[in-house]
Amino acid sequence: MIEVRNLHKRYRATVAVDALTFDVHPGHVTGFLGPNGSGKSTTMRVALALSAPTRGEVLISGQAYRNLRHPLREVGALLDAGDAHPGRTARDHLRWLAATHGIPRRRVDELLESVGLAAAADRRIAGFSLGMRQRLGIAAALLGDPRTVLLDEPVNGLDPDGVRWVRMLMRGLAAEGRTVLVSSHLMTEMELTADRLIVIGRGRLITDTTLTELTAEHGSLEAAYVHMTAGMVDYQAGSGGFW
Amino acid sequence: MADQDTRMGGNRWAPGRTEWPTLPRPGLVRAEWVKMWSLRSSAWTLGATVAAAVGLALLLAASSRDHTSVDGRFDPLFYSFYGLTLAQLALVVFTIMVVAGEYSTGTIRPSLAALPRRGHFYAAKIAATVPILVATSLVAALGGFAAAQAALGSRGVSITTPGSGRAIVGATLYLVLISMFAFGVAMMLRSTVRALAILLPMLFLGSQGLGNMPGLRPVTQFLPDQAGLLIMHIVGSPDDPAFARAYGPWAGMAILTAWTCIAVVGGWLVLRRTDV
Repeated sequence: MIEVRNLHKRYRATVAVDALTFDVHPGHVTGFLGPNGSGKSTTMRVALALSAPTRGEVLISGQAYRNLRHPLREVGALLDAGDAHPGRTARDHLRWLAATHGIPRRRVDELLESVGLAAAADRRIAGFSLGMRQRLGIAAALLGDPRTVLLDEPVNGLDPDGVRWVRMLMRGLAAEGRTVLVSSHLMTEMELTADRLIVIGRGRLITDTTLTELTAEHGSLEAAYVHMTAGMVDYQAGSGGFW
Repeated sequence: MADQDTRMGGNRWAPGRTEWPTLPRPGLVRAEWVKMWSLRSSAWTLGATVAAAVGLALLLAASSRDHTSVDGRFDPLFYSFYGLTLAQLALVVFTIMVVAGEYSTGTIRPSLAALPRRGHFYAAKIAATVPILVATSLVAALGGFAAAQAALGSRGVSITTPGSGRAIVGATLYLVLISMFAFGVAMMLRSTVRALAILLPMLFLGSQGLGNMPGLRPVTQFLPDQAGLLIMHIVGSPDDPAFARAYGPWAGMAILTAWTCIAVVGGWLVLRRTDV
């Protein structure tokens, strides 16, 4: 369970998140949607206590993140697949993370196997493709067998096989009763993965609903998304005759 | 949520209380240890520290075996530690990689997600780094001493000669303190490039170059490395005008210690409040 309560985040002159309130419930995959710069990543960073909120709070299992004794056992997160030292091997990256929580070595091997990196485990991350980095980031997120999972754009750079794998993985985690929050710009993929949707724009909540409701009204998730975020897209390609 | 309550134990964080660095759990120090030893650059920079210290001591001592200094005095200890002016750069680079490398590679985010109590993270990093600095510095100081004295032949001194022990301890302390100064500065600057761009010129050109300009001496003598280096030079030639300072060798070490404390505390204050 993730509770976002009246969250505000301001960076100097810009307001990144503005009075945001919503809940993410266990047992579902919740899609977190919004244009670039709408505050999704900021919300996730505040949830993980990497950024301090200007006002408000985010609670995970009823606790502020920084009060969790063993955060990786409670919350697993993939924020940016690039957040790993390129000079380290995949195995060493997971080993140091595991050491912070006393997680046994065989769990590291197990995860490398299950995300499909067993053969590349002892190669340096510098030589990894974006898809391999995403797989490593997902392994890191799952290391502590957490009951809440936050994934920011996890399918970027993955091949079709990998996209399918992430979809099944997220659905599987939700079916086990975990809380899964995933952001993505790929509406057709979200339509296949998410049961619930939270859409934000310019740091504010636009809607908090189910996929069924949205698609019933607009035909497809993409149509619903475009309709809801119209006028909120800060970086938009011209609609005129360039093509 | 009975299981969660037991897991939380009595360790609920009291809101509004400042959370200071505390003694880290062994697992956290081990995690930092794994981080350090899983990078090739660590072995390279630490190896370069010892190689520079020993190699330069050997070269200098061997080429100066038959010299006398201008004023007729001969300081056999001088050659032991001269290499440290170069060796310190490698050790400082090691420390910058350990600290600022977290930011430059984005590792700081998983680091702080795993250890949201930033004081624990900072303490664990210090606890993992200091023993490596002490061990490397001791090897570099002893190695430099042994190499220089062996090369000086009959003019060399032994470790039991009065002043030798103090100089070796002083040289070790100097390397550890200057590296921890770099640790704090790197934590404040949060970037490998910025930390290298400020610390290397300061240690290599700025302080030593400017330190040799008589007009600037009253100020530059209080820079961290100039203050700390004194303990290695003054032994054996207390009146040598080339190393004249407004203070003695141990006072110099105290000045360097003060610089280091300020930098380490400054690093903590920055880490405590910045978004990553």
